[in-house]
Amino acid sequence: MIPRHLMIAVGILLLAVLGMGIYAARMRGRAAQTAPTTSDTRPLAPPVSGPTEQVTLYVAVDDTGTLRVQQASIPLPSTRQQRAESILRTLLEIYLSRNSSHPLGPGADIHAVYLVSPGLAVIDLNSAFANGHRSGVLEEELTVTSMIQTLAVNLPDIVHVKILVDGHDRETLAGHADLSGVYDVSAVAQVTAQMQ
Amino acid sequence: MEARAAWRNHGHGGWRRPFAAISLTLVMALVSAPWAGSAGEKRLAIYAPVTSYSVTVVDRNGYEYVGLSEILEPLGPTTSRTDGLHWKVRYNNGDSEFSAGKNRARVRGHDVDLPANFLLESGRGLVPVSSLSALLPRILGNGINFNESTRRLFVGNVTTTHFTAQLSHTTPARLVMNFSSRVNPTIGTEPGKLRMTFSREPIVAPGSPTLTFGDKIIPSANYSENNGTAEIVVNSGAALMASFSNDGRTITVAPAPQATSAPTPTAVMQPATATSSPSAAPSSPSIVPSPAIQHVYAVVDASHGGDDRGALLAAQLMEKDVCLALARRLKQELESLHIPTLVLRDPDANLTLDQRAVEANSARAAIYIGLHAASDGRGVRLYTSLLPSGGENNGPFVAWDTAQSRYLPLSQSVAQGIASELQKKQIQVRTLAAPLRPLNNLITAAIAVEVAPPGSDVLDLNLPVYQQNIVSAVAAGVMAARDRLGAPQ
Repeated sequence: MIPRHLMIAVGILLLAVLGMGIYAARMRGRAAQTAPTTSDTRPLAPPVSGPTEQVTLYVAVDDTGTLRVQQASIPLPSTRQQRAESILRTLLEIYLSRNSSHPLGPGADIHAVYLVSPGLAVIDLNSAFANGHRSGVLEEELTVTSMIQTLAVNLPDIVHVKILVDGHDRETLAGHADLSGVYDVSAVAQVTAQMQ
Repeated sequence: MEARAAWRNHGHGGWRRPFAAISLTLVMALVSAPWAGSAGEKRLAIYAPVTSYSVTVVDRNGYEYVGLSEILEPLGPTTSRTDGLHWKVRYNNGDSEFSAGKNRARVRGHDVDLPANFLLESGRGLVPVSSLSALLPRILGNGINFNESTRRLFVGNVTTTHFTAQLSHTTPARLVMNFSSRVNPTIGTEPGKLRMTFSREPIVAPGSPTLTFGDKIIPSANYSENNGTAEIVVNSGAALMASFSNDGRTITVAPAPQATSAPTPTAVMQPATATSSPSAAPSSPSIVPSPAIQHVYAVVDASHGGDDRGALLAAQLMEKDVCLALARRLKQELESLHIPTLVLRDPDANLTLDQRAVEANSARAAIYIGLHAASDGRGVRLYTSLLPSGGENNGPFVAWDTAQSRYLPLSQSVAQGIASELQKKQIQVRTLAAPLRPLNNLITAAIAVEVAPPGSDVLDLNLPVYQQNIVSAVAAGVMAARDRLGAPQ
């Protein structure tokens, strides 16, 4: 016959094994849940090396429904097209940061900015930008105005801006702001003045 | 005259779609004439503490019927759905179920017998008018007072409007009518009579339907109710005119100055003009009062709809539904001011932005009002068009994308007027230009109204009092701009 103290010891060991198993399973589940959020969907930051230049950003503030002027010093590439992309990505970084005043959907990015002569800039957004954007006249207008005004102020020869999504024409950003037409920078500047 | 067709500009590469003029012609043919209600239409008036409105009554199988949703929606949160032959409606979290062709309904867990069968027409639930006395108290959880013969329904503790009429023995004599609240009747004149029709005010009868004054010029007046309206007819041996004072609470009826020119057939005036025009001289041929406006004056566009739900404002609260509720209220409010109104999307349906623009342009209204709702911010935002680049007109054709350019100053002026009315009601308001279609495609004054919650709770967007406050201000702004807007095109 097996001694009683041995049975108790084996029982305690079995309970410990069971408890460890449950704990390990829970930890695994938690790790699986947090895995997607650990991947950083933010756009790449501009190159950190090289001399910095000061740029003017028009940052949307949802709480007040306004655009706030903000200065930033960032390293800028030499070509105009890359400069335009860097400036807009800096703006996007602010929107994608924690405690953003105007949050954008995860994964929002700018594929490219094309400078088409004479004076026409084409901003190509990715689909996550548009699909994850909050719907509303003012929310969408703040985004569009913020991007166009930021681009126009830092690259003054731009007079018209067209916005594409994944290289294609799209009717609206998220149900309201019109993307089918070409924006006149001077008209956007007037709206910006209303929004400050 | 400027051609109403418009075309898309082909500048900036292939981003603009060509617009075929032939489709415009077809749509114009489809949307012509029948928008305004006919003069002989049967109506049921509903007076509630927060709003007053009327709905259409239709005849079916020898009974008068009315759409139940149309009655309930202005009173509170209402949703309905059709499940085969069954029609379910939820009002304030209370469920009611009706079956097509059956005369028994289940309302909040109780059976209610109807005097005639329930009808289901294109998803619209029709109940007999004579069943309202039994149905509504259970559905609303409120007492009602329904006069079926005159089709006037008072819901809950609505404050009724009383009036007194007193003859002032001046020379000539004047009849001074004092009302307990502001009134806004349609005034029609014909030889020997001045007729005031109250379609919106919860006016109740005086002690006697006939009031006698013992005067030669204004001997008597009669009060009557019919077809959802109350009417006061002042009898006279001379042409009369009416003027409003005391913020619309007093109407003074007096003999009109003698006309020196030929009689004018105008017989309907709005109180906003302060004084009604005198009728024709008694010796002139009989003049039949006619509506001042025969065409649609305002187009109200409930944005989104169908598959496009718009913004998801809260769980179960979609922008398209709030827009439709606001649109229906605004239509009622405008029509109570005698402004014929067309709601572009009613009920829930898919409409593209181009279709909205074409229909609005074809209606040739004096003003377009697009409605949106948002969860962010507070109060109301009024938008006029932020015109895109390009858009060169070509002869009689107007560039599609910038068709609004000629009307933009007028649109901005109307938006400012509406903003003033909203401020009077202590509603936070802001005016902006926005890249919001179809504003830039419209060849009339065009604004968009984005309604945000009054406070921190987004569900307050559905509050009848809040919605009513906003549409009243918008309607008042449109009314105030009528001189600038002119007649429908």
